Amino acid sequence: MSLLHLAIIAPLLYAILVPLFYKSFRQIHTGWFVLPLPIILFAYFFSYISTTRHQAIVMETLNWIPSMGINFTAKVDGLGLLFALLITGIGSLVILYSIYYLSKTKEKLNTFYTYLLLFMGAMLGVVLSDNLIVMYAFWELTSFSSFLLIGYWYQREKSRYGAQKSMIITVFGGLAMLGGIILLHLMTGSFSITEIIAQAHDIVNHSLFIPALLCVLLGAFTKSAQFPFHIWLPDAMEAPTPVSAYLHSATMVKAGIYLVARLTPVFAVDGLWVWLVAGFGIVTLFWGSFSAVKQTDLKSILAFSTVSQLGLIMSLLGVGAAALHFPGVEDNLYIVATTAAVFHLINHATFKGSLFMVAGIVDHETGTRDIRKLGGLMHFMPITFTIAIIGTFSMAGLPPFNGFLSKEMFFTGMLHVLELDLFNFQSVAILFPIIAWIASVFTFIYSMMLVFKTFTGKHQPEKLDKKPHEAPIGMLISPTILASLVIIIFFFSNSLLSENIIEPALAAIFPGLLTEGTGFMVHIDIWHGFKPELFMTLGVIAFGILLYLTYPKWRKIYKLFPDKLALNRLYDGILERAQNGSNRLTNSYMTGSIRSYLVYIFTFFIIILATSLFVKNAFKLDTSKVSSIGIYELLLALFIVIGAISTVFAKTRLASILLLGAVGYMVSLFYVLFRAPDLALTQLVIETVSVALFLVCFYHLPKLRKEDSRVRFKLMNALISVGVGIMVTLIALSAHSNKFFQSISQYYIENTYTEAAGKNMVNVILVDFRGFDTLFEITVLAIASLGIYGMIRLRLTRGDEE
Amino acid sequence: MEIVMAIVVGILFMTATYLMLSKSLLRIIVGTGLLSHGAHLLILTMGRLKRGSAPLLGEKGPYTDPLPQALILTAIVISFGVTAFFLVLAYRAYKELGTDNIEKMRGNRGNE
Repeated sequence: MSLLHLAIIAPLLYAILVPLFYKSFRQIHTGWFVLPLPIILFAYFFSYISTTRHQAIVMETLNWIPSMGINFTAKVDGLGLLFALLITGIGSLVILYSIYYLSKTKEKLNTFYTYLLLFMGAMLGVVLSDNLIVMYAFWELTSFSSFLLIGYWYQREKSRYGAQKSMIITVFGGLAMLGGIILLHLMTGSFSITEIIAQAHDIVNHSLFIPALLCVLLGAFTKSAQFPFHIWLPDAMEAPTPVSAYLHSATMVKAGIYLVARLTPVFAVDGLWVWLVAGFGIVTLFWGSFSAVKQTDLKSILAFSTVSQLGLIMSLLGVGAAALHFPGVEDNLYIVATTAAVFHLINHATFKGSLFMVAGIVDHETGTRDIRKLGGLMHFMPITFTIAIIGTFSMAGLPPFNGFLSKEMFFTGMLHVLELDLFNFQSVAILFPIIAWIASVFTFIYSMMLVFKTFTGKHQPEKLDKKPHEAPIGMLISPTILASLVIIIFFFSNSLLSENIIEPALAAIFPGLLTEGTGFMVHIDIWHGFKPELFMTLGVIAFGILLYLTYPKWRKIYKLFPDKLALNRLYDGILERAQNGSNRLTNSYMTGSIRSYLVYIFTFFIIILATSLFVKNAFKLDTSKVSSIGIYELLLALFIVIGAISTVFAKTRLASILLLGAVGYMVSLFYVLFRAPDLALTQLVIETVSVALFLVCFYHLPKLRKEDSRVRFKLMNALISVGVGIMVTLIALSAHSNKFFQSISQYYIENTYTEAAGKNMVNVILVDFRGFDTLFEITVLAIASLGIYGMIRLRLTRGDEE
Repeated sequence: MEIVMAIVVGILFMTATYLMLSKSLLRIIVGTGLLSHGAHLLILTMGRLKRGSAPLLGEKGPYTDPLPQALILTAIVISFGVTAFFLVLAYRAYKELGTDNIEKMRGNRGNE
């Protein structure tokens, strides 16, 4: 196990210690014990930058199930490192923030930090695993730990609902992804991402390629809350705010983005990938920003905003994947889209993280997150207000914040779609920049609402539970750091990020594009001259301000969209239908009546045997080997048939018991005729005992009433029983007509006396050759007699109590 | 003879099935009795009904097949044990529940 493996699972191991810290040191906030770990990990992963910036890749393998090709292969390249730094970096800040956010006396901190560390380790595993199965294992662990964190306040019904919803949707996608992974393995024979990428061009025409692509995308879309699977994210806002900031803005929801970026070299060979990723991304972008405007809860706005920003990154990755179809890195128009995706990924993590923390502070200090109750907080919380301004302006894409840069690049990428002449993109290409622009306008509106509805306007102290005041200094550290990053990245993006982070990440996304000695040259311009993108941004600002100011007038547009068609209704409906439907289905055949179960069993028996007889053409009648018919046997057979049929029509219980006895005696006569003296004896005795037993019980046995069932039922019973009888006869006849080998009985006949010193073969077989059968037959009798005794003597339920 | 026996066995199975599908406990027990008779005769028939001596070495050969007879003997005893148990169970069920109609012998439905 290398240090790298240790670093990945360190949070999982450390999680074991958290309850100990919590129990032993109640005076100190448990978060302080947790905090050092992500900081150390961050520093550790930071040291890898010097390696990856020269396009070097670190691979370490730890054998897990080598025979199946499943090994814990850790791989650090540009893309993995970028995510690892985000996870540990934001993780440190979130833990610091949570120390001040969660009360040490009221909350169960041990479970909180255990879940959080589980999540952190799982997330590191997802982004640093080269083996797809291992990645899938960590992927599901993120779903589980996210489920636990959303349901942290499990006393609240909405928390449980949100946790269940996110679980169902993400696990559904995760399982689809597992299917995709297995299909990839079937095509390539490998679980290693590196090896699969190497074979990408060989498998593109494989018949399983498209199913694998769809399955993997389903996994990525559900995890990253893409339309129409975004519905779990707003409900996940029931989690504590640090969790929302960490999982549902900066890390987990980007696992899907990571997956798409990671597998782009495999799947982007096909146009369908580009279409789906770009298409779903742009729809999500629009729908998220459109829906965010109507929300009134701070965290709901941020949730829909996250959905929309994830759509933005996804669409950029889709468009950027087109770069694979053009050679080289010089003049390759679409690389800019992927660059923008990676860059915006970083930017989004910074500003969205800080905004969630701001929302948490507002909630913490005023007792509500409803923007209709808030207002005029600017004077009470100047620092929070400043951070909020920085975050929202960056989100809206205004200078001098990092969101401006990535939004400009986003427009550039979308404008390049116009020139894309692959996969029939020409026909709808014009839609991409238009939708992107409209979505940006909505983004601008909700960003402005977020900050101005909360912090400016009229203060409404009567609606607030607490008297608002500035947050404690500790709570402000993390958002301040993130907000400063927002500005720092704007001014120093080239020196800080281009060479160290973005270029290695691009190299990981497009491994095939680089030739020997070349590299991606990423240069992010703050000022790129009067280009169409700039005018688009100016348009966004102008229209955004206009629409923001006139919002009350056009708010009715949201009423046009009927609530009934909402996706949440659909989800709830599907869940309810599935429950009711399966309940109805089960109730329809699990009637609780033994008779109907017997009907199923017999019907199945008839159908399956008749079909196999018919299909296999198995029925055969060979009369050459049959023995001759004697007059006694024939008469006896006739009597048995009469006796058996009369039992059906017997009107009294005595008649049916006696008829059964008669049949039994005639069977023993058969044994006499067919040369089976022992059988005849036994049958005679046992039939006598049985009849005696019946007669002993006779007095107590219920009267045999006429069947009060309807004719239809009787007819069905008759049909089924006739079917069973016919099937048994047919099978007996065919079995008798096929004899493939000699009986082994000759051995018994020859050796009964010489080996076992007995002359009665049947008895010798019973006690000598096959004595074990007899032993357990005796056991059966013993158990039956004990059971009967117990049944008669033990009356625990009613008799004794009364 | 085997063909006749196959038909007899079929009729035994048929009547047994019909009785087992009825609602009265007693009929069901009678049905199981007939079913075991049918099964025993089926084993005997499938072992060939060749005319030979009883499988006793004192007799003059050739002998009938002893193996099916041993199997049937075991089966007879086991089915007797089960029938006796079932009979007493039916008796107790009738005493406790006051009905012999299996349609009325339902407890609470599992799901509700």
